[in-house]
Amino acid sequence: MAHFKKKQAGTSQEIPTTSMPDIIFILLIFFMVVTVLREVELLVRQDLTRAENIERIEEKRLVSYIYVGPLVLPGGGYGETRVQVDDALVDPNDFTAIQNVMRQRRTDEPRLIVSLRVDSESEMGIVSDIKQELRRADALRINYSTLRAEGATEL
Amino acid sequence: MLKKKRGREGAEIPSSSLADIAFLLLVFFLVVTTIDVDTGIGLVLPPPPDPEQPPPEVRERNMLTILMNAQGAILINEQRASVDDVSEIVFRHVTNNGEDPNFSESPQQAVVSIKTDRQTEYDRFVEMLDEVIGAYREIWSTEARQLGYRDYAAYRTVEGEPNPIRRQFPMNISLAEPDPGS
Repeated sequence: MAHFKKKQAGTSQEIPTTSMPDIIFILLIFFMVVTVLREVELLVRQDLTRAENIERIEEKRLVSYIYVGPLVLPGGGYGETRVQVDDALVDPNDFTAIQNVMRQRRTDEPRLIVSLRVDSESEMGIVSDIKQELRRADALRINYSTLRAEGATEL
Repeated sequence: MLKKKRGREGAEIPSSSLADIAFLLLVFFLVVTTIDVDTGIGLVLPPPPDPEQPPPEVRERNMLTILMNAQGAILINEQRASVDDVSEIVFRHVTNNGEDPNFSESPQQAVVSIKTDRQTEYDRFVEMLDEVIGAYREIWSTEARQLGYRDYAAYRTVEGEPNPIRRQFPMNISLAEPDPGS
């Protein structure tokens, strides 16, 4: 009998789990708020260049992306440099589509930032053409997207 | 009597699976979340050119012209330079205050113009732009240190933006349309 008494020593040893759902819900809500679903499938290579004096864009919801880079071919190679907005490639001979899309977005969100995600081996000519379209669309806040170089300072 | 009591007990919604459901949702959002902040060099483009209004005149000495060709060779005010010199020359140009007749009259009037060829590689251009912005940040940090701050970033957290330093040393970068090149 004395044997049994030893086993029941002191108070309950269980960890209280009644507040567990609350904790999980808080985490859940945090991640729900933070999540921005990845909306595009990249059709062009994105090998971004690095820079030291960069800025950080906190308001992700203001940002629209334009992707520039060599077309990824099904065989695994790379084709000529193309421009991608959302899921579609832009006609290389006619960039007015960029202007139309960005003007619409600028109307919906006046604080729009257009982030140019340009592959490092692209040429300046195509970047300049895009910039001219953005100027006509009145989408003037842009960002040359770069990665963080070693020893970089962010403002 | 007993039977009635039992009926009441059954009216509760079972909540033991609540945690499991919440866990499932949590795992879903954990997997889906990408917390990558976009970083880069932010600029504001000039509005489209107005045919009736000619572009503002800038005196030659206030304009620091940086040219970069398709091979990545650099000319600053018609003199050859390397990327490593850019930051120092921009610093001298902006903080010249009329001393050297080749450089600007005042920081407010100083303009840095960058022009490339159409064939210039993008990463070379970014490298150059990075140096120019680095020079401006160095100027701002020098000013902030004189006011007793550690650097410009510390000053900015106190003063916000726009602030007196930015007004005194505005970042006037002009990105000219590239030459068609060869």
